[in-house]
Amino acid sequence: MTSFHEMNDRFSLQRRDVLRLLGASSLGAAALPLFAQNAKLPKLVTVSGAITEVVYLLGAEAQLVGTDTTSLYPAAARATPKVGYMRQLSAEGLLSLKPDAIIATNESGPAVVLDQVRSAGVKVEIIEADHSWGEVQRKVQAVGRAAAREAQARELQAKLDADWSQVQQRVAAASKGRKPRVLFVLSHSASPQVSGEKTAAHSVIGFAGGVNALGGFQGYRPMTAEAMASAAPDIILTSTQSIEAHGGVDKFWQRPELALTPAFKKRSLITQDALLLLGFGPRMPAAIAELHEKFLVATA
Amino acid sequence: MSQRFSAQAVLGGSALLLVAAFVVGAASGAYAISLPQLWGVLTSLGQGADKSPEHLVFLNIRLPRLVLGVAAGAGLGMAGTLMQGLFRNPLADPGLVGISSGAALAAGVTIILGAWLWPVLPRTLGSWTLVLMAFGGGLSVTLLIYGLSRSEGGTRMALMLLAGIAVNALASAGLGFLSVMATDEQLRSLQFWLLGSLGGARWSAVLLVGAAVLLSCVAARSLAAPLNAIALGEAQAALLGVDVERIKRRAIVVTAVAVGAVTATTGIIGFIGLIAPHWVRMVAGPDHRVVLPASALLGAALVLAADTVARTVMAPAELPLGVLTAFIGAPMFLWMLRHFKGRI
Repeated sequence: MTSFHEMNDRFSLQRRDVLRLLGASSLGAAALPLFAQNAKLPKLVTVSGAITEVVYLLGAEAQLVGTDTTSLYPAAARATPKVGYMRQLSAEGLLSLKPDAIIATNESGPAVVLDQVRSAGVKVEIIEADHSWGEVQRKVQAVGRAAAREAQARELQAKLDADWSQVQQRVAAASKGRKPRVLFVLSHSASPQVSGEKTAAHSVIGFAGGVNALGGFQGYRPMTAEAMASAAPDIILTSTQSIEAHGGVDKFWQRPELALTPAFKKRSLITQDALLLLGFGPRMPAAIAELHEKFLVATA
Repeated sequence: MSQRFSAQAVLGGSALLLVAAFVVGAASGAYAISLPQLWGVLTSLGQGADKSPEHLVFLNIRLPRLVLGVAAGAGLGMAGTLMQGLFRNPLADPGLVGISSGAALAAGVTIILGAWLWPVLPRTLGSWTLVLMAFGGGLSVTLLIYGLSRSEGGTRMALMLLAGIAVNALASAGLGFLSVMATDEQLRSLQFWLLGSLGGARWSAVLLVGAAVLLSCVAARSLAAPLNAIALGEAQAALLGVDVERIKRRAIVVTAVAVGAVTATTGIIGFIGLIAPHWVRMVAGPDHRVVLPASALLGAALVLAADTVARTVMAPAELPLGVLTAFIGAPMFLWMLRHFKGRI
């Protein structure tokens, strides 16, 4: 539950953000009417951590009345009312927050619930998650549209696009030679899974100048010792949450499946927060740049 | 041993519980609708003018869900009684003849392989693909088990029980295999389906399930007296002039249709089919003419109560219903066992 003081904090933060945007932006005059009718701005529910991040970047967090359980960043998003896991939404629960729009990816559901919410007059924006840069752009545009902050959204997108092309150029320039073979391991529970084609991890590895050590299947598969040995990854990439679930890096390396990989010999392990790495949110250019640097260090 | 309650008292009591559960369910939910507002919605029915948010939420989301809860609980409670009477075994529940596992396997195939097996079908039928597949899966696995238990002397219940266990094991192996091939998202979808939910209630599906359960309940009425005879033993029942084979066939078909329709729309809601008949028998005695209708009423009341908690306790998110039916049902059941231990 949000206490009264926290609410106050959030509102004052919001005002500061708007003022900053007004000052920094050449569109200050255009944004002024929006500020004046702040109370009437559309209220939003976001269903996806990356979409929630965009809301905060656009300074629209005061319009946010609910988020899903994957919305963990920024920390303030954890305090918003939670509508549950993105695939198990509740129509009445969503409507009880009285949102004007719900912004979700096509991985959200059930479809019947989204239909019911739509038929109750709430705008439902669905963003197709295809693990491309376009996905990030669509998230920014959709939030801008739904939050009535299209000018700010265009500005943010221009900045993100510039960052992205810079990162891409840097990766292209550095990866003339042999690309490192990278294996992504997801292990939030007991049995570790490895990512094949058509996964967020597959795209991310490619963007950062590596190649997925596994191919020939789509989605995630359980990790097995022989398959890992023949995949011969130079680098193991995993989420911080997976390492925590194992109880530390040393415990993670004790997994027998990894013992026969080239990565094991050099203890070549890269960890990153799952939402930052696989969320396809506005922090993606920074995340890819960081991952690319780590690839370079690991293969040096 | 204390006096058992009369048939009227048991039926009246169960009906009262159901009405109470329905009223409480109607008045509670994530979306705050006050009693005066609820009254306003109900009194303005048919006028078509009121399109307030409360009106939409109640009539399009909450009410179909309540009706689906009644149908699901009634179907499960009634079918549980039929199975326990037929197997003459207090452990029997509709899952024994493969309806749930067949539906689950078909749901797994649809969720995980659907887009690959029939690229066009899921798009044209939408979410109906899953419902139809699960219904078909439950029905065909039940028929398979029934076929396997036939022998020259008729259907042998012990054979059916064992065939049911084997086929259920096969189905869960199939689900395990499917979950290896599933993506993370598909796995979560399947997992939630297996936990059951009334969240997908929309009028079209609710009316279909309601009709299937109502027809099954009507058909089950004529099974009550023969099941009383079968309780004495199949040979005795035959001597009393009961066509035992026909009763078995009808009971299995009625169960498969009712539970198949319910499970296909809600996923697996455990425990109701097991506890509702026991509970009724403890207070009413073993007469199926009372236990059948009272179990249907009580099952409906239990599902409504559990769903009301599922919808409100974590609002605006919700808990899977199958978790709640066990959480609420099991302790109450244990208490009843201790309280009425002389009557099992």
